[in-house]
Amino acid sequence: MDLFTILFYVFALITLGAACVVVFSRHIVRAAFALLFAFFGVAGLYVFLLADFIAVTQLMVYIGGILVLIIFGVMLTQKQINVDIKTSPVQTWPAVLIVAALAGVLIGMFWSTDWARMGEISTATTATTPKLGEMLLTTYVLPFEVASVILLVALVGSAMIARRERNT
Amino acid sequence: MQEFMIWLQHPGLTHFLVISALLFSLGLYAIITRRNAIMVLMGIELMLNAANINFLAFARYAVGTFDGHAVAIFVIILAAAEAAIALAIVLNIYQVFHTANVDEINQLRD
Repeated sequence: MDLFTILFYVFALITLGAACVVVFSRHIVRAAFALLFAFFGVAGLYVFLLADFIAVTQLMVYIGGILVLIIFGVMLTQKQINVDIKTSPVQTWPAVLIVAALAGVLIGMFWSTDWARMGEISTATTATTPKLGEMLLTTYVLPFEVASVILLVALVGSAMIARRERNT
Repeated sequence: MQEFMIWLQHPGLTHFLVISALLFSLGLYAIITRRNAIMVLMGIELMLNAANINFLAFARYAVGTFDGHAVAIFVIILAAAEAAIALAIVLNIYQVFHTANVDEINQLRD
């Protein structure tokens, strides 16, 4: 067993364990902090997939942005004084059945399919960022521009929705 | 069994796909069972991460180009936009209904 394998399983365990805490914890703040470790573990898996730029983007956007937003949301929408911060799950048994069936089907399909191998990104690849930047400004220039407009609209829209003054 | 142990020792495409399948299922479980809207959002983020792992795994092991990386970046961009909008909506709902539980919000008017 080499170092790559050991580290792979460490990151896989961090990801899935933290995701289990997110899903099964009744304490919502604990779930939000477990989400941090889940995102971190996924960023580690991205590094194993030779996607260094995506891994750094994951750290900056998810952990630095989305997670802070989620924690803000938790703080602003829970009644801190009345200890209403715990949430109880509903529909547990149907959910277990559906999710177990979905996981079984997905894993069985991934396991049994012989995926077509058209090529591999070799481990000798040094920098993915220049190639990615080139692709974003040539092949993917239209989605790139649309994404920038979407971000602007989301910024303006979310500010307006959250700060809307009510007449009553 | 012997075959399975050997498979475990050589991480490849299938390993990443299995991890992403488990992550996706956990996210779906959170969406179905959680009453708090923010917990539902966390489940959605887990599912988006699972999809991203799939894109990058196929780019690494089965395709060999960087198209999967570009798609993964767009997924992250849209996830950020979605989180901002959804949290704004949750804050507004909380101001009106004084709760963030999705099963108690069943009226269109105030």
